[in-house]
Amino acid sequence: MSLESMYQEIILEHYKSPQGKGLREPFAVEVHHVNPTCGDEITLRVHTAADGTIDLSYDGQGCSISQASASVMFELVQGKSVDDGFALEAEFLELMQSKGEKSGDEDVLGDAVAFAGVSKFPARVKCALLGWMAMKDAVSQNIGVGNGR
Amino acid sequence: MLDVARIREDFPILSRKVHGDVPLVYLDSAATSQKPLSVIEAESNFYLNANAAIHRGAHALAEIATEHYESSRAAIAHFIGARPNEVVFVKNATEALNLIAYGFSNATAKFRNGSQLLAGEERFVLKPGDEIVLTEMEHHANLVPWQEVVLKTGAVLKFIPTTDDGRLVVDNLADIITERTKVVSVVHQSNLLGTLNPVQLIGEQARAVGAWFILDACQSVPHMSVDVTTLGADFVAFSGHKMCGPTGIGVLWGSSEALDALPVFLTGGSMIETVYFDHSTYAKAPAKFEAGTPMSAQIVGLAAAVKYLSDLGMDAIAEHEHRLTAAALSALQQIDGVRIVGPTEALNRGSAISFVVDSLHPHDVGHVLDSRGVAVRVGHHCAWPTCRRMNVPATTRASFYLYNDESEIEHLVSGILAAQKFFGVA
Repeated sequence: MSLESMYQEIILEHYKSPQGKGLREPFAVEVHHVNPTCGDEITLRVHTAADGTIDLSYDGQGCSISQASASVMFELVQGKSVDDGFALEAEFLELMQSKGEKSGDEDVLGDAVAFAGVSKFPARVKCALLGWMAMKDAVSQNIGVGNGR
Repeated sequence: MLDVARIREDFPILSRKVHGDVPLVYLDSAATSQKPLSVIEAESNFYLNANAAIHRGAHALAEIATEHYESSRAAIAHFIGARPNEVVFVKNATEALNLIAYGFSNATAKFRNGSQLLAGEERFVLKPGDEIVLTEMEHHANLVPWQEVVLKTGAVLKFIPTTDDGRLVVDNLADIITERTKVVSVVHQSNLLGTLNPVQLIGEQARAVGAWFILDACQSVPHMSVDVTTLGADFVAFSGHKMCGPTGIGVLWGSSEALDALPVFLTGGSMIETVYFDHSTYAKAPAKFEAGTPMSAQIVGLAAAVKYLSDLGMDAIAEHEHRLTAAALSALQQIDGVRIVGPTEALNRGSAISFVVDSLHPHDVGHVLDSRGVAVRVGHHCAWPTCRRMNVPATTRASFYLYNDESEIEHLVSGILAAQKFFGVA
């Protein structure tokens, strides 16, 4: 099994130079997600701007996969509409659940297609999804979906 | 000296390949051990030749099954220096510790309800402000059940602190274990740090203040000779699957006095003496804690496991592991950027060795090791608060058992070096 099949160069680059990392103000909702099997953590803040686009900030600690994936998620979702953000999340989730059968649409997912190889490792899929699940949770709370109804 | 090459023939799984054609280097026995053929065959043989419901039925097979069951109890009791009627079969150590914790919650609930307490049950009633003393190196299985007891009784938790190098601070035990202390429950050997704790000393203080003394012996009973009657404990819990036995079988040892007094946990068939529509009376221990049809085949398997361990000799196993532990600690500390989380010397320490690698997350270290066939555990090892205490988010843990040898330490070391190289942190 080659390590490179999972640790694509682009993942290592995001791990070493995470995009958008660091919590910022203002924010409407803050969530804290953990991967209870390994202790990876992310704190993510969100508010939807006046034009309805998503403004994110995050901080976390964890393995290269969880941290790089959060960085890629930030690049893809920051400044997008809520609908587009959720569509990206759905697309990435489908890729992660593909058990290595899908390669992902680079036109849609950009750098996130580099995580296709991760989907072959069940123990690491949760790592890759950590930041995305935090984003979905926070944005849902922010727009009043899935929170109190 | 153990003949490891010979021993490995008893564990066919150790010869299998992973990821296609990579030889397996199994360094995760602290999570679960592998099983020798004799254990697998004993379990299989029970199903093939002896299976029937035990302790009931008037037929030959039921008697044969019951004989297997009770002779296994005697063998397992003998292995830990106990009497057979002091050995309660449970699912695992987690269930054993919950069984005790629920004894306190249940006695307290009955007392507050004004219900009639059975003889001895009053000794398990907790009042608000009563103290339960644990350590800062407990597995979640010996922490979370007590947090639940606190929520139900108003008792409070206190902790014997851990030093930065992973030893318990025991020079002021009398300040921690006081007349307010009703329960002292501690881990014999830490699954995260590897530390072997001075439990006799802690037990003496517990006894001096009249507190119950409970030991989580999950990581000690598989690896060293343990005579439960010399530890000063009222209860000792351990799991079968970490000591070459099957999954689904664990042991709660209790002194006869303690088991007689402890309230029942799971109730139903097999644990009763008489049953009426409005009330019941209960069997004596150990039966009163063994409700329902038990895991007979697994109990027979565990008896085969203790025979396997006894035939090799627990002292020889401990000596073998001690040598591997000392060698592994030395080899790991020679790698730049590797830090042991826990005692750095093999003195009073078991073979579970946690470490961190600078600038590398344990998940990534574990992944590189796995790609080379080296199986370790990564994460917080069900001791998350202990990780926080040691100022690490998680660790990589290699653990050694009777079937490991020095060459596997070399695989571990070369795998760590490869991880550092791959991620460019060497």
